[in-house]
Amino acid sequence: MRRDAPPDLIGARVPRVEDPRLLAGRGAYVDDLQLPGMLQLDILRSPHAHARICELDVSMARALPGVVAVYTGRDLAQFLKPVPSAGGMQGFNAPPHHVLAVDRVRFVGEGVAAVLAQDRYIARDARELINVTYDVLPAVTDPGVALTPQAPVLHDDIGSNRAFELRIGNDTQAALAASERIISGRFINQRVIPGPMETRGAVAHFEPWEGRLTVWLSTQAPHLMKREFARYLDFPEHRLRVVAPDVGGAFGAKNNPYAEELLAAALSLKHGVPLKWIEERSEHMLATSHARAQAVEVHAGVRADGTVQALHYRLTADMGAYYHAITHIGPMMTAALMTGAYRIAHAATDIISVFTNATPTDPYRGFGRAEATYFIERTMDLIARELGLDVLEVRRRNLIRPEEFPCTTPTGHVHESGNFQLCLDRALERFDYEGTRREQARLRAAGRYLGIGIATHAWRAGFPSVPGGKGYVTSGWEKSTVSIDAAGKIRVVIGTSPHGQGVVTTTAQIVAQQFGLLPQDVRVIHGDTDAVAQGNGTMGSRSLVVGGSATLLAAQQVRAKAIRLAAHLLQIDPRQVVLESACFRDAGNSQRGIALTEVAAHAFAGPRDLPDGMEPCLEAAVLFEPANFTTCFGTHVCAVEVDVQTGAAAIRRYIAIDDAGRAINPTLVEGQIHGGLAQGIGQALMEGASYDSAGQPLAASLLDYATPKASDLPHFEVELTETPSTVNPLGARGIGEAGAIGAPPAVVNAVLDALAPLGVRHLDMPLTPQRVWRAIQEARA
Amino acid sequence: MIPAAFEYAVPRSLEDAVAVLADCEAGTAAILAGGMSLLPTMKLRLAAPALLVDIGRLRELAGISRASGRLRIGALTTHAELLAAPELAEWRVFAETAGVLGDPQVRNRGTFGGSLAQAHPAADWPAVFLALRGVACLRGSRGERSVRSEDFFTGVLTTAIAEGEILTHVTFPAGDGRSGAAYSKMRQQASGMALAGVAARITLDTAGRIEESTVGVTGIGGAPFRARSIEQRLSGLLPTPSILEESCADVPEADPTNDLHADADYRRQLLRVHATRALTRALERARSAIP
Ligand SMILES: Cc1cc2nc3c(=O)[nH]c(=O)nc-3n(C[C@H](O)[C@H](O)[C@H](O)COP(=O)(O)OP(=O)(O)OC[C@H]3O[C@@H](n4cnc5c(N)ncnc54)[C@H](O)[C@@H]3O)c2cc1C
Repeated sequence: MRRDAPPDLIGARVPRVEDPRLLAGRGAYVDDLQLPGMLQLDILRSPHAHARICELDVSMARALPGVVAVYTGRDLAQFLKPVPSAGGMQGFNAPPHHVLAVDRVRFVGEGVAAVLAQDRYIARDARELINVTYDVLPAVTDPGVALTPQAPVLHDDIGSNRAFELRIGNDTQAALAASERIISGRFINQRVIPGPMETRGAVAHFEPWEGRLTVWLSTQAPHLMKREFARYLDFPEHRLRVVAPDVGGAFGAKNNPYAEELLAAALSLKHGVPLKWIEERSEHMLATSHARAQAVEVHAGVRADGTVQALHYRLTADMGAYYHAITHIGPMMTAALMTGAYRIAHAATDIISVFTNATPTDPYRGFGRAEATYFIERTMDLIARELGLDVLEVRRRNLIRPEEFPCTTPTGHVHESGNFQLCLDRALERFDYEGTRREQARLRAAGRYLGIGIATHAWRAGFPSVPGGKGYVTSGWEKSTVSIDAAGKIRVVIGTSPHGQGVVTTTAQIVAQQFGLLPQDVRVIHGDTDAVAQGNGTMGSRSLVVGGSATLLAAQQVRAKAIRLAAHLLQIDPRQVVLESACFRDAGNSQRGIALTEVAAHAFAGPRDLPDGMEPCLEAAVLFEPANFTTCFGTHVCAVEVDVQTGAAAIRRYIAIDDAGRAINPTLVEGQIHGGLAQGIGQALMEGASYDSAGQPLAASLLDYATPKASDLPHFEVELTETPSTVNPLGARGIGEAGAIGAPPAVVNAVLDALAPLGVRHLDMPLTPQRVWRAIQEARA
Repeated sequence: MIPAAFEYAVPRSLEDAVAVLADCEAGTAAILAGGMSLLPTMKLRLAAPALLVDIGRLRELAGISRASGRLRIGALTTHAELLAAPELAEWRVFAETAGVLGDPQVRNRGTFGGSLAQAHPAADWPAVFLALRGVACLRGSRGERSVRSEDFFTGVLTTAIAEGEILTHVTFPAGDGRSGAAYSKMRQQASGMALAGVAARITLDTAGRIEESTVGVTGIGGAPFRARSIEQRLSGLLPTPSILEESCADVPEADPTNDLHADADYRRQLLRVHATRALTRALERARSAIP
C-alpha cells in the first residue's frame, strides 16, 4: 500500500468530520429522541449496601394519576430471566443477577422497583411514593475483608465471597527461591468510576404489527447488544434493531447489557408502546459499572544489577456485587500482561476474585492493562529504590530488545513486534533527564520537592477471537463494506461503533486515499444494526487496528476491481493502469484515461458489458480477523512538584511518547492520548470510589468524586513514533488507551520520587493533597 | 434530576417581590437569583419550595457603584462581573476570588448576593465579605435594615436574612491608599469549593506597621468566621514573613470538620498555610497601594 498510493491522506491532520455538528449542538443522543405515546421508566434504588427487603409497598405509586405500571423484582422474576453475565465460564461461581433485586439488595444503587408513567415528572414523583422496609445486613466492601471467614456472605448459594480463582503463568517458586534477592511490595489500583459525559439511556419501541423491536441505546457495541438482547428476551434477532445514536462517551462502561436497558426493552414488548429510560447522574455514579479495583502482593526475585529473574503476584480483584458482561476478564488481562515491557523468565499471577457489596466492575479505558502497567511500573521503581539503582537503569536492563520480537511472555502473551527503547530514548532526550535530575538536586537544596516519574508501558490491543468462545465479546473480527455509487462517491459501512474516537474521519481517509478522492467524498455508516449487518463494536483500542484493517482491505478490493474495469474500458492490461486523483490513466500513454465517475457509472451495466466473470457494482465486503493482539507501547515521563505545606502535587511537565504503529491522523491520535492522560492523571491524583464500613459510597456525586477538569491538567507534550505492527495490514497498533495506561504509574512514581528525601516510601492512589501531606507528617514523626 | 412540582412568579419590581413573599406562608417560597445553588438542591429533591420568586430580572438589584467613600455591590452582580469590574480595581481581592470560584458557566449565572444568602460553609464570598467588613442591606415588608458582616452568618447555611426579606446590596469601605486584601484558597478537588479559604485585609499606618487587619475564613467548618486571634496578634506589628507565619500558627476559634476530603488536622494545616499566604499578598498590596 505504501508503494503505490499517494501518502497525502494517510498521516494527514484532517479535521474531524464529526465535529461541526456536535460543536453546534446538533448531536442527537438517546434522550433527544421523542416518539408519540412514549412512556418513561424510572427506577427506585437501594439506599443500603446489603439488606433484606421486608416490605415493598407500591400501592401509592400505582394509584398516582399518570402511572401506568409499577413493578417489583418479584413481579419481574415471573417473566424475566436473570441478566446475562460473565458467569458462564467454567469453574466460576455465577450468582443470579436479577433485573431488579428479589428479596435482597447487595449494593447501594441496586434497582428495587420500576415505575412506568406518562412522563418523567410523574415517574419521578411516583418513585417517591414507594415504601420499602429493609432489614439491614452487615456489608463488606473491602475485598480482603470479604475473604475472611467472619465476613458477611453476599450470595448464599456460593457460600463464600469467592468468585473464582485462577493461576496464569509459569513456575515461579523455584526461580524466586534461586534469586539473589526478593523484593516485596503491595500495590492497589483503586476503584474508579469511568464517568462519560452522557449517562446511560435507552428508548425501546416495540411495533406489534411488524413484530419489530427497535432499541436506541447509549452503547459502544450495538451488534453485541442485539445478540444479547435477542437471547435474553427470546426475541427473533432478525426482527430486532439496535441503534447507537450519538454517544457521549463510554470508556468501556457501555459494553454491558444492563438490567435497566433489558428491562426497558422487555416492558416495551409487554406494553406494546415505546418507552424511554434515562439515567440520572446520581444514579450513574452508583449503577453504571465501576472499574479497576485490583490489588497485588508482589514478590520480585532480582539480581543486584536490577535484572528481574522472577515475578509473582497474588492479585485480589473486586468484582462488586455481581458480574457484569466481562468483569472477570479484568484480572485475567492484568495477569496476562504482568511483565509489562520486560523480559522476565519466570512470572505468574494467582488471581482471587471476590464479591463485595459494591457496584459491579467492568471495563474502563485500559481494562486490565492499566492495572498491569501500574503494578509492574511501581515494582520497577521499588526495585530501583531497594537496590539503590537509578529507575532508568533498572528499566533499561530488563526491557525487551527490538531483536527479541516476537516474544512470548511466561503468561502466554505474544508481543508481536516493537521498539521499546525508541520511545524511552526519545522521551528522555526531550525531557532532558540528566538536566532535570540536576535541577531536582538544586531545588531540594532550596527546600523544594521535585520528582521525576517514568513509565515504560507495553500492553495489547485489537483482540483476536477466543478459540471455542461462544460467550460475550469473544469474536475478534470486524467487518467493513465499501461501495461506490454511480457518481463515483463512496459509502463505507463499518461494524465498529465510534463514539468520540474520530473513526468516521480516519475511515474516510483510508478509503479516499485508495482512490485519490477527498475525505468528504466518503460517507461512513455505523451504529445501526439495520444499516450495518455485522459488527462487534468499539472497545479495546480495536476500531482502527481491526475495523480499519477490514476497511483498508475492502477498499483495496474495490480498487482492484475498478482498475480491472478501467483497463477493460481503456482496452489495456490492468497492470498498465495508474489510479491517481480519481482518474485511471494508461501508463503507456498519459493522454489516455478515464475518470472514476465514468468507471463507477459503467459498473452498474449488465454483466455483458463488463470483463468476463465480473459482477456488476464496485463493492466489496471484508471481514478481518487479526492473527494476534498488537503490541502497544510507549514511554511517559513527568516532573511533579509537591507543595509540602499542603501536600498538593503539581505536574510541571508531562511527556508522552507513544508508538502508533501507523498514525492515520496524528491530530486524532494526540486527542486520544490527551483524553487518556486526563483520565490517568485523574486516577493518580484525584479519583476514588470508596465506601464506608456500612457500604455507603463516600463519593456518590460529582461534588465528592473528583473527575479531572481541564484546569487540573498540565500542558501535554505528546509525540508519536511509528513502528509498524506485524499483525494487521495498516500496521496500526491501537492508541486509544495509552494515556490512561501510562499516566498513573508515571505520576505516582514522580510524586514518590519527590517525597523520597522526606522518607515517604509508599502511597496508594489517589495521591490527594491530604494523603500526601499526611504521609509527610508520618514520615517526619 | 427532576424537581418536585412548584409555582413560579416573576415580580416586576423589588416592591412587588417583597409583597409576593409577604403573601406566602412561612417556609413555602424560595427566592431565585442565579439558581446555581437553589436549582441543584431542588433537582436532588433536597428542597421542594412550593413557589419560586425569580428576582433575576430586577435591575435595581444589579450593578456596582460608589458613594460617600463606600462601594456598593448589587445582590444580582454575577461572579463574572466581579471578575472584571473596573470599579473594584482597588480591591483586587474581588477579581482574585471570582477567578477561583466555580467555572465560567457558574460565574456567568451565579450572583454575589445569592452566594452570601446561601451561606454555604465552603463558599468563597463570605470570607471576602468578612475580611472587607461589608454591610448587607436587606429589604422586607417592614422596610430596610442593614447587618454587619460579622453578624450576618448565623450558622451552616443560615444567615440573618429573615423570612420574606431580600438581600438588595452590600456595601464596603472604598480603598484608602494604605490597605490591601487578598484571598487564598485550597479547592476541594471534586466540587471546587474551599477546603480552606482565607481572605485577609491589612491596613498599614504611616510607619508601615499593621494598623488593622481582618481575616475572614471559610471552608474550615461551621459558619464562615473572623479569625480574630490572628487579627489581634498582628495589631501594631511591623510585619515580616516570619511574623505573618507565626501569627497564623494557631487559630483557636476554628472548629474544623472531618470529612472525606480533609480531616480536622489537615484543615487546621490548610488554615495556617492559606492565612499566611493571604496575609502575605494583602501586605504586598497594602504596601504598593501607598502612593
Ligand atoms: C458547578 C458549581 C461550582 C461552584 N463552585 C463554587 C465555588 O468554587 N465557590 C463558591 O463560593 N461557590 C461555588 N458555587 C456556588 C455558586 O457560587 C452559587 O452561584 C452561589 O452560591 C449562589 O448564587 P445564585 O445567584 O446562583 O443563587 P441561587 O441559587 O439562586 O440562590 C441561592 C440561595 O440564596 C437565596 N437567595 C439568592 N439571592 C437572594 C437574595 N438577593 N436575597 C435573599 N435570598 C437570596 C435563594 O433563595 C437560595 O436559597 C458553585 C456552584 C456550582 C453549580
